[in-house]
Order: sequence, then structure tokens, then C-alpha cells
Amino acid sequence: MLRVSASPHIRDPRTTKGIMLDVIISLMPALVAAVLIFGPRSLAVVAVSVAVAVITEALSNLVLKRKQTVNDLSAVVTGIILAYCLPAGLPLWMVGLGAAVAIGAAKMLFGGLGDNFANPAITGRIFLAVSFGTQMSNSVVLARFAKTGTEIANQAAQLASVAETDLVTQATPLAVARNMVDGSIPDYKTLFLGTHAGTIGEVSILALLIGVIWLLIRSVIDLWIPLSMIVPTVLLCWAAGGDPLLHLLSGGLIFGAFFMATDYVTSPITARGKVIFGLGCALLTFLMRMYSGMPEGVSYAILIMNILTPHINEWTKPIPIGGSKSGK
Amino acid sequence: MLFIRRAKQGVHPPDNKNTRNMAIQKLDAFDTITIPLDMQVGPGCDPLVAKGDTVLVGQQIGEPIGGWSVPVHSSVSGLVERVRIEILSDGETAHYVTIKNDHQYTVSPEVKPPQVNNKDDFLAAIRASGLVGMGGAAFPTFVKLNPPPDKKVDLLMVNGAECEPYITSDHRIMLQYPEEIIQGCQIAAYWLEVKDVIIAIEDNKLDAVSTLEKAVLKLQDRYPDIKIKVRTLPTRYPHGAETVQIRKLTGRVVPKGGLPFDAGVVVQNVQTVRFIATYLATGMPFVRRIITLDGSALNHAGIYDVPIGAHIDDVIVAGGGTKSPPGKIIMGGPMMGKAIDEIDRPILKHNNTILVLNEKDAVLPSETACIQCGACVRACPSQLLPHELDSAARRLDLATLDRDDALCCIECGCCAYVCPSKRHLVQNIIIGKDLLLSVQKKGRTD
Repeated sequence: MLRVSASPHIRDPRTTKGIMLDVIISLMPALVAAVLIFGPRSLAVVAVSVAVAVITEALSNLVLKRKQTVNDLSAVVTGIILAYCLPAGLPLWMVGLGAAVAIGAAKMLFGGLGDNFANPAITGRIFLAVSFGTQMSNSVVLARFAKTGTEIANQAAQLASVAETDLVTQATPLAVARNMVDGSIPDYKTLFLGTHAGTIGEVSILALLIGVIWLLIRSVIDLWIPLSMIVPTVLLCWAAGGDPLLHLLSGGLIFGAFFMATDYVTSPITARGKVIFGLGCALLTFLMRMYSGMPEGVSYAILIMNILTPHINEWTKPIPIGGSKSGK
Repeated sequence: MLFIRRAKQGVHPPDNKNTRNMAIQKLDAFDTITIPLDMQVGPGCDPLVAKGDTVLVGQQIGEPIGGWSVPVHSSVSGLVERVRIEILSDGETAHYVTIKNDHQYTVSPEVKPPQVNNKDDFLAAIRASGLVGMGGAAFPTFVKLNPPPDKKVDLLMVNGAECEPYITSDHRIMLQYPEEIIQGCQIAAYWLEVKDVIIAIEDNKLDAVSTLEKAVLKLQDRYPDIKIKVRTLPTRYPHGAETVQIRKLTGRVVPKGGLPFDAGVVVQNVQTVRFIATYLATGMPFVRRIITLDGSALNHAGIYDVPIGAHIDDVIVAGGGTKSPPGKIIMGGPMMGKAIDEIDRPILKHNNTILVLNEKDAVLPSETACIQCGACVRACPSQLLPHELDSAARRLDLATLDRDDALCCIECGCCAYVCPSKRHLVQNIIIGKDLLLSVQKKGRTD
């Protein structure tokens, strides 16, 4: 028996699952950094987030009688990215709840992969930030890093009594910069390596950039969104009197721009659309970082631009060659 | 910068030009051949022969029934065994003439060089030769060589791009018969009354470029007014598609639903122009062609000169047989070729390749959800939004298909090739286009 099908009869070897696997690989250096900076507790947060994300997707498919889709690994990616946005000390049941909301509400209720209008991980993170503000803003780091970075006498005295491998609360650099809390701002090298308080995956710029190189080599992402988001954010913060390198190296800017804003489903398709999207993220991040009641605004900025993405796609539609609008 | 690049339209599937260095071999030992009387765009022919008739090579066996129809000739000498109506692999019906080959290949006395004194003689001769476009579309050549008077044609584009994987027949023809190609260009340009000829070749065939350039130098004095240029295109699918090729080499745009005429260009395949030269010299009509035989189920690939109507299973056996059971047989290249349903289908006039894939290669991955990655948008040479046209076609949303210029789709298949979710993009868009065209013909939009 011969098979008959419409052309084309060959396919590019790249698959959705392969793309997700590349993203997972690109996130691994940051996981290594997280374990070094936040200890094994960070691993527990990631494990719970991924497990709950995958189970939520599997159950949703069962309940909604859809084809099982957990094999495409997209829930694993969402689980990792959500965990990377959380502080290492967050109670694990909150982590699980966040993952369940990310997959269940933001993704599966809208039709699953490809039909969600907002980035599930960001939605999960914002859900947790709104619901559990205190725990979510309790940024921690291993005591050994807090000790070396602390110049304020009374904090140093408190830290003297804890073991080096305990998690201790430390102000994030951006919160200190906005004078929201007392503390000291680490030097640029510390910011680049990530040995300071912050969320699990965002702190180590070095580890994130190693992952970015993998994504670029594998052509999973291009640089339109990250560059049009990062460069204007830094320049605007600088123009408004901020320290440009501090804004580049701290908070979620690098992580958000490369790993969350580039999510295919919730970002525009054409290069022009991506630049508009990135500029919008930059403007919103700048406004929130400098003038809002929060020290950081990357995830809100991306979420708002996610919502605008269908409109950006409509504005930046390519003009078909030979078509009625091509002027020929 | 390396990673900030403009969308590079088209795709580059693995070349698989395994037969590029092989000489063309003639295959003749076919006991039975079957010639369909419809091998072209538009209606075909009615039979001129009946069971029991004796036919000779080059003898006309089909009488054209429509304004675009070209005659069909016997490719062997022998006895007509059967004339019957059969369903073709594309769902149309046609008369099939089955001939028992006497292996003598006796040439019919009808075969003699045509007398060409004016353009009408030339067009009549090209029609009588049974010539249709040999690149794959099977458009009757005499129609293409006679542009409507309101279209000002100033360029003949000769297509030797051969951008599909596997196919090498154009390449081998360019290497082995360069002077016939140049003569054909000159004759076609002369009667089209155009001064400029561009031969378009992808840069993976630079040997063909230099071979043809030499032939141009040698022969250009015969028609000093006609300027033949050999131009290279980057190796990228679908640079062999005529609208893309015209745009890349001249900057002209063929409008939606239009033909190259509308951009002032006539496009012919290299083998088609070569045939024009050999036919005017010998009078032997279109009864044989060169095919590339390749694919994962075969013992070895080859490039063969076969009589039209030879059964594909016989050609496969004559070409060395299979090492594993064929899972899919494709007439044409893997990007745009048609999968055939029966292994004993005949070789057709516009059939440049037979691909015999094994079971493993015959199975295509199943669809998953669209992740809006935009790969199809970047690959589309017509700058369409394939994923949106696909979804519009699936929900039969003809208004969106029309508004978003689905009719600009050239059906190259780049979108479905690159899609990481393996979605049937071009397949659904083609269905959508057909629906849209049928509704537009009826003058309804509901």
C-alpha cells in the first residue's frame, strides 16, 4: 500500500518539543547558579513548580477530554520559569498554587499551548505577588553571601549568629536603590555573578547569558525583543538619574527580556512587531522601576504587552507580495 | 549582527542531489507502456487509435479537444492493446492508451522537421509537437509563447534553478546539451520578439553556469540582437518558482492571480527551450523525457531518458530495483510533487522526478498546536501569514482568506516544511484558495 498525502513530503526536523527542550537546556546554568546562591531549597522550589505545572496540565486535559499534551514539555518550561521568579524561601504550597494557577487558569482554560494570551509563568508570579505580598517580597540569600556584602553594623551583628548555609533576608539592590529599605548595593561583579538576594533564577546574569548563547546558537530566539527592551530601559533609567549598570544587572530585566518576553505565543510575530513590543516593555519597566510603589516592574510590563500583542500583530501585518495592498 | 536578521524568505531543505554527477542513461526495455491522453493544464485529447491498431514512434494518437489542448504521440512502436477511460491520480478522468512495445522503435513517417516561415507556423509547430512545460506545471507551451496582445512582454526567463531537493534533470541537461538550450532560447526569443533572455540558475550548479556561458559566447552571433545572460540565484527554495524568480532577478512583481505575462515576462523551463530547438531540427514530437529516479527505498539513484508512458514500477526495476518496500512514491520533488496511489502509474510529460521513499520516510509527523512562533511567516516568499490563513481555511472563513490575499500563495510549501508543530498549513491554504476561487467564479461572497 502506498501512502498518499498532499505536498510537502518532507519536514524540517525541528519540533515544538525540541524547541522546549532547548529552552530547558538554556535554563540549566541558572539552576546551577541558584543552588550555589540559595542552597538546595531553590531546587525544591523548582521541583514543586515543575511537578505541579505538569500535573495540572495532565489533569486539565483529562477533565476537559483533550488530547494529552504534557509530552510537548511546555509545562516544564512554565514550571521552571515560574520558579525562577520566586524567592527561595517561599512556602512550597504557595509555589504549587502559583504553578497550578499559571497552567490551569492562564493556559489550559484558554485552550492550552498556543491559545493563551498571557505568559502563564508571569500570570502565576503576579497571582502570587498579589495574594502573598509579604512572603513574595521576602527576598533571601545564603548567609555566607549576605555576610560578605553587608557594611551596616547592626545587620552584620545579627548575621554573625546564623550558619553560613542558612537563608537570610536581604534587601534587593533595586529596593535599596529606591530607598525603600535600608541596605547596601553590591558591587557590579557581585551583581553580575548574582551572589545577592533576589528571585531564584534572575540573579546570576552570567548563568543567564550562558543560556542565552545556547538559545541564539539554536536559533530559538532572535534579539529583536531582548535588545529593544533592555537598551531603552537602561537608557531611560540612566536619564532619570538611575545607575545604568545597576538597572541592567539587577532585578528581572535580563531574565525577563530573554526568557519571558520572547515567549512565542504571547509576543508578536514580525520583527517590527517585536521591536514595538520590546519598546513597550522598556517604557513600562522604566516607569514602574522609577516611579511606582514597587522596586521592580518587568513582569507587569511584559504582561501588559502580552495583552497588546494581538493588536501589535494586526498593526504590523506584512504586506503580501502582489496583493491588493502592495500598490501594484 | 548575526542574530538580528531580516526574515530570510524561503527554506533550505537538504539538497540530496545524489544524481548530480551521473550521466543520463537511456531506458528502453519496456514491454508495455500506457499513455494518458491528458497530461497538461486544460482539457486533453480524444483517442485517434483503437484496440488492435499498430502505432509507430512519434505517431499522433490523441486529437486535441480544447483551445489549449496539445496532441499526444506514441513513444514506442507496437500494437494498441487497450483504450479505456481511467481516473488519474488527481481525480480527473482521461483516456489511457496501452501499447504493447515491439521493441523496434520504428519511427513514424509523420516525423519530419516542421516548416516555419512566420510566427503562426512556429506556434502551430510547437502545438503539434505536444509540448507542455517540462518543469512540472504542464502548461501548454504554445499558449505561453503567444502572449495576449495587450501584454507587453520584453523578457524571456529560462528557468534552470531546479530548487527542489533530489531533482537533477535540468542540471544534467544544461551540462550535456548547452548548445541546444541556447538555440532554443534564441528561437523562442526571436518569435516572442524579445531582446533579453535571462537563464536563471541556482549557485549550487556553477558548472552549468560556466557551460552555458561558453555556449552563449559560441552561438550569440547567430542572433546578434538577442542578449542572453546567465544569472545565478542563491541556492534557496523556492527560487525556481516563477514569481519568486522574476522578483529576485528583475524586481518585477506578478500581481495576485496574474501570470508572468502581467510582469512582462515569459518563463520557460530549460528543458522546454531545449526541446523547441531539437523539435524544429528533427520533428520528433514530445515522446521521451529525462527523469531523476531517487529516494530512500531504492538500491541506487539514477537519471534516465525514458519514453513517456513507461510504467513507474518498470522504471524502478530497470533502474536497479528497491531495497525496501516503497512507502510513498512522489511524482516530482518532495516539496511540491504529487504522491501517487498506484505504483504502475505512467511517466507523464511534466514528470521530472520519481521519488521512491521507504516506509519510514513516508510517515509524516502528526500535528500539534500552533505556538505562534512565526517560522511560517518568515519562510513565506509571498509575505503572507500562513498560520492565520490556515486557521481561516479550517473554519471556512472566506472573507478573511480574501482580505489577507490567500490568492497570493504560490503553494510552495515552505510554511508546512518549517512548522515545528508540523501543521498542514499550505495544504489547508490550497483548499481555502480553491473554495474562494469557486465562490468568486459564481459571483457570490456568502
